[in-house]
Amino acid sequence: MSSSVEISDVTRIREQSWFGSILANQALWVTVAVALICIATAIDQPDSFATKNNFYNITRNFAAIGIIAMGMTAVIITGGIDLSVGSVMALSAIIAARLLESGFDWYVGVAGGLVAGLVVGAVNGSLIAHLKLPPFVVTLGMLSIARSLAIVASENRVIYQFGDGGETFKWLGGGRIELPWIDGDVLPLSNMFVVLIVMALIMSIVLKTTSWGRYLFAIGGNEQAARLTGIPVDRIKIQVYMLAGLTAAIAGILSAGYGGSASNGMGKTYELYVIAATVIGGANLMGGQGSIYGAFIGAALIFLIRNSLIMFGVDANWYDLFVGLFIILAVLLERLRGRTRG
Amino acid sequence: MAVLELTGIAKHFGAIEALRGVDLSLEDGEVLGLMGDNGAGKSTLVKIIAGNFPPSAGQIRIDGEAMHFHKPVDAREAGIEVVYQDLALCDNLSAAANIFLGREFKRSFGFLRFLDFGRMYQRAGELFEELQSETRPRDLVRQMSGGQRQAVAIARTRLSEPRIVLMDEPTAAISVRQVAQVLDLIRRLRDQGIAIILISHRMPDVFAVCDHVAVLRRGSLVADKSVADTSPEEVTGLITGAIASA
Repeated sequence: MSSSVEISDVTRIREQSWFGSILANQALWVTVAVALICIATAIDQPDSFATKNNFYNITRNFAAIGIIAMGMTAVIITGGIDLSVGSVMALSAIIAARLLESGFDWYVGVAGGLVAGLVVGAVNGSLIAHLKLPPFVVTLGMLSIARSLAIVASENRVIYQFGDGGETFKWLGGGRIELPWIDGDVLPLSNMFVVLIVMALIMSIVLKTTSWGRYLFAIGGNEQAARLTGIPVDRIKIQVYMLAGLTAAIAGILSAGYGGSASNGMGKTYELYVIAATVIGGANLMGGQGSIYGAFIGAALIFLIRNSLIMFGVDANWYDLFVGLFIILAVLLERLRGRTRG
Repeated sequence: MAVLELTGIAKHFGAIEALRGVDLSLEDGEVLGLMGDNGAGKSTLVKIIAGNFPPSAGQIRIDGEAMHFHKPVDAREAGIEVVYQDLALCDNLSAAANIFLGREFKRSFGFLRFLDFGRMYQRAGELFEELQSETRPRDLVRQMSGGQRQAVAIARTRLSEPRIVLMDEPTAAISVRQVAQVLDLIRRLRDQGIAIILISHRMPDVFAVCDHVAVLRRGSLVADKSVADTSPEEVTGLITGAIASA
């Protein structure tokens, strides 16, 4: 009896070794970069960088981008993109603020802002899933529409009268929790960062261990195949854009609470930083690839660059140049990894 | 009784008549070779059986029961599995993930349901063992050879104890040695009593594994006969029209 498989077929199969898969993990390299920047800055500025205060500031500053990057990662894994998140941030913040301003309690304002994000996401998702319009164009249109709605809804004012619910609303975005620390002292963490951590944990579990998470990767890998196996592709696409809208709304509401005001200019160009964070963390804009940890560490890197440049006394105007370099470097790294993978 | 019975199947796309009056039947454990030139209607017929679209006229019966498929999942529930020409695999997922795509094993924690990786890897391993394929459940499809990818697509059809497996050009895009592997896989499915429709351009493959050969020409069935009663020359004549029917 002849075996159906030749020896050479078997020996040619090579499972990616544990070490190899670690090396091929882009998020790991970004983590190394983050660590190196931290060490370099800490050595150069021992008194100001490696302090609890600075840790509090950096983590708070990248939390908003990080929160939106959680939703964006899901969108990008399915092979889509959402350019409207910056505008949705502003729209949700303005709607929440207007509700508070007109005397509603904080939870009404928060709920209103979240619903706004979900509705915009549902509109994006429906146009993309049902009418098969390209995500880039749909969400580019929505970038404009949501910004305009935010301006109209705010009557082009900055809203800072939050009424009776204002205290809680401001605490949500601007508050902190304090963890016990080794020297009997406490480690303060901003509420925004805590929200980011909780969302990142939930999203990681969902992406890795649920069928919904697996379907995102399947849709991004081969949408036609996903459809043939009976996966509700259109419904999942709508859900993913709603998730992106929701994360943008959370970031907008928390930012308004932190700043103590809601401005219709909030979140401008944030979509670019969010996409940059996910791509630097290893997400592939062609779909099928991306991770929550990658988006998290990518967002951290972007803001760490800014912080370190300031600490080193570099003119802050150079900041975007470094962000751009890291984006291109990330794609280059991806290409090199693709080559070694054959 | 025939496991699959097609009577008077026709399909129009506007003014174009892709299929007319096709009658075919298939027994358990029978391998039918479906041949025909490009545009003869092979793919249309397969898509009708697979539930991608309904026929304009005619009936599909499984075990004598009339079926109406609205989408591929309906056909799958009736026991029809398809290995598509492009295999419909997700390169970025593992072999096991592809096999279970859309019907994952899950375990519940309260109202939450999580993927049951252990059971899926184990079942995928068993399926590959049944098919005597060395494919490993955890390997990414991206890293696999053409033959292994076929094994994944075929293993997927074994998940649900299917009655009928449709294979669309499974040997078209792989190397000669891998063709032998795939033909072996087809024989193994047949040995388990599964009826198979093999769509192929490759005469040697059809004559190697099929019991029956059916020939479509311009939307009509021009022959349906036992492989023992025909020859590659006759089938070629039927495909091109040099022989009108047989």
